[in-house]
Amino acid sequence: MEEGKVFSQSVQQSAAAYAIIHEKFGSAVSAFDANETMPFFEVLDARLWRDIALFMRDHAKLKFNYMACLTGMDYQAEEKLGIVCNLESLSLFNHRLAVKVKCERDGGFIPSVACVWHTANWHEREAYDMFGILFTGHPDFRRILCPDDWEGFPLRKDYKVQESYHGIKVPY
Amino acid sequence: MQELDTAGLGSIRVTRKDDHTVVIEKDLATEQMVLAMGPQHPSTHGVLKLECLTDGEVITQAEPFLGYLHRCFEKCCENVDYPAIVPYTDRLDYLSGMNSEFAYALAVEKLLDIEIPRRVEFIRVIVAELNRIASHLVAIGTYGIDLGAFTPFLFCFRDREIILGLLEWVSGARMLYNYIWIGGLAYDIPSDFLKRVGEFIAYFRPKTVELCNLLTKNEIFVKRTIGIGIMPAEVAINYGWSGPMLRGSGVKWDLRRNDPYSVYPELDFNVPVPDGKLSIVGDCLSRHLVRALEMEESLKIIEQCISKMPATEGFNPRSAIPKRIRPKAGEVYARAENPRGELGFYILSDGKSTKPLRCKARSSCFVNLSAMKDLSKGQLLPDLVAIIGSIDIVLGEVDR
Repeated sequence: MEEGKVFSQSVQQSAAAYAIIHEKFGSAVSAFDANETMPFFEVLDARLWRDIALFMRDHAKLKFNYMACLTGMDYQAEEKLGIVCNLESLSLFNHRLAVKVKCERDGGFIPSVACVWHTANWHEREAYDMFGILFTGHPDFRRILCPDDWEGFPLRKDYKVQESYHGIKVPY
Repeated sequence: MQELDTAGLGSIRVTRKDDHTVVIEKDLATEQMVLAMGPQHPSTHGVLKLECLTDGEVITQAEPFLGYLHRCFEKCCENVDYPAIVPYTDRLDYLSGMNSEFAYALAVEKLLDIEIPRRVEFIRVIVAELNRIASHLVAIGTYGIDLGAFTPFLFCFRDREIILGLLEWVSGARMLYNYIWIGGLAYDIPSDFLKRVGEFIAYFRPKTVELCNLLTKNEIFVKRTIGIGIMPAEVAINYGWSGPMLRGSGVKWDLRRNDPYSVYPELDFNVPVPDGKLSIVGDCLSRHLVRALEMEESLKIIEQCISKMPATEGFNPRSAIPKRIRPKAGEVYARAENPRGELGFYILSDGKSTKPLRCKARSSCFVNLSAMKDLSKGQLLPDLVAIIGSIDIVLGEVDR
């Protein structure tokens, strides 16, 4: 957190929660980005993401039991794909934190957290469907919104729509 | 005690006891049958396909297949300016367009960090709560139809028609409003609008009691829903449930209270949760009860808004709208309590463009529906209809 800047109470609560995670995982997590709209930190070593998720859910002072949202991302400038998870502790504590995990654009993967929060199951399937992010250890890994034989991943910035699908012209 | 010998094979005996528990006894392993329900099925409330693996009349697995109504909402958002996304948000949850617009406007305003005139806030809450009542009326009416009660549906739609008329008067459209804009509203309310809303409240209040007597206390309806599809609170939270679904499991969680936005902190209303007297906490009936009770709370909110709203002659609801909407670089996750639960918008702005770099809609129905597999396991096939109806899905929001 930057010195001399006054943040609202909710950001301070997020910072306190981050401090506990940072103490345990050290350099595997990035510095805390304190901002009023969405305070977050990044998981630098993606392989540790599931351990961090479990720690965040089960630690007595954290109890992030509710995953509000998991967003797939295409960071084109960094040549990376990633996810943003909005976590909070529903009816136990008041802290909220967003976590970012990034992976290589080609051949990279992120550990699935569907076993930590059931809701991540469909969110991760959607992230795979739209961005082609591979989640390892996912119980039911396939497309969800697009048909199974659809080519490409529509929300990637460099996506080119396929010419035809089962004989139907696709671009209009 | 009632005994059913399903399929006449003598393979499974399903016993319903008086304390609403269902005992399934298996004598023989039989061949499992795949039964596809949907995508065109009246009780799936849209184009949803459920592939059920059944053992006699018992469901061993029900897998939802979605995407039939996928319209690339998020891809569209990346190609249009911020204000142009508002009409698209209407088409997410088309039964509660006002609430969806409200959530989106909240997200962009948080990113822009602008102040909204007080009168605008009150108008927004009034139209959003009216829309919530209209949406719950559809949910309750169609739930009745799913379970064989036709009359409540007609009653619900008769009353919903009045709300749609009011909202049409305000915005010019009956369902897809494009009324709540970033930083303001499309128009101020007509001069007699509040009076007519007051008349509607006076008319509607006795109707909620009537509806309660007709449906919620109807023995056939209760028997079809009580003890069906029970979801424990812990699992519901883990599944990311929100809105009436989560409250039906006994968790007192309402974003209007717990993460307040707009003028909700000034308003006095209850968050109804089932107490286990009329229903078993977490079952289909509990979720129905929450919706039925919430309509009364919405009426209370609207009444308070009418009395608290500052009257301003010649008020311009577009005064706070920025000339050019170009948020500074940053990201935001903002959410609002929709009739179906938490609708959140994640928006990423690069600070240079008038289009978002990424706009993700966290849909409440999508998340609520993801528990379908666990919810339907071991239930009887006719009860599957009761479970889907109680989730109250709108496929426009599930598929986006």
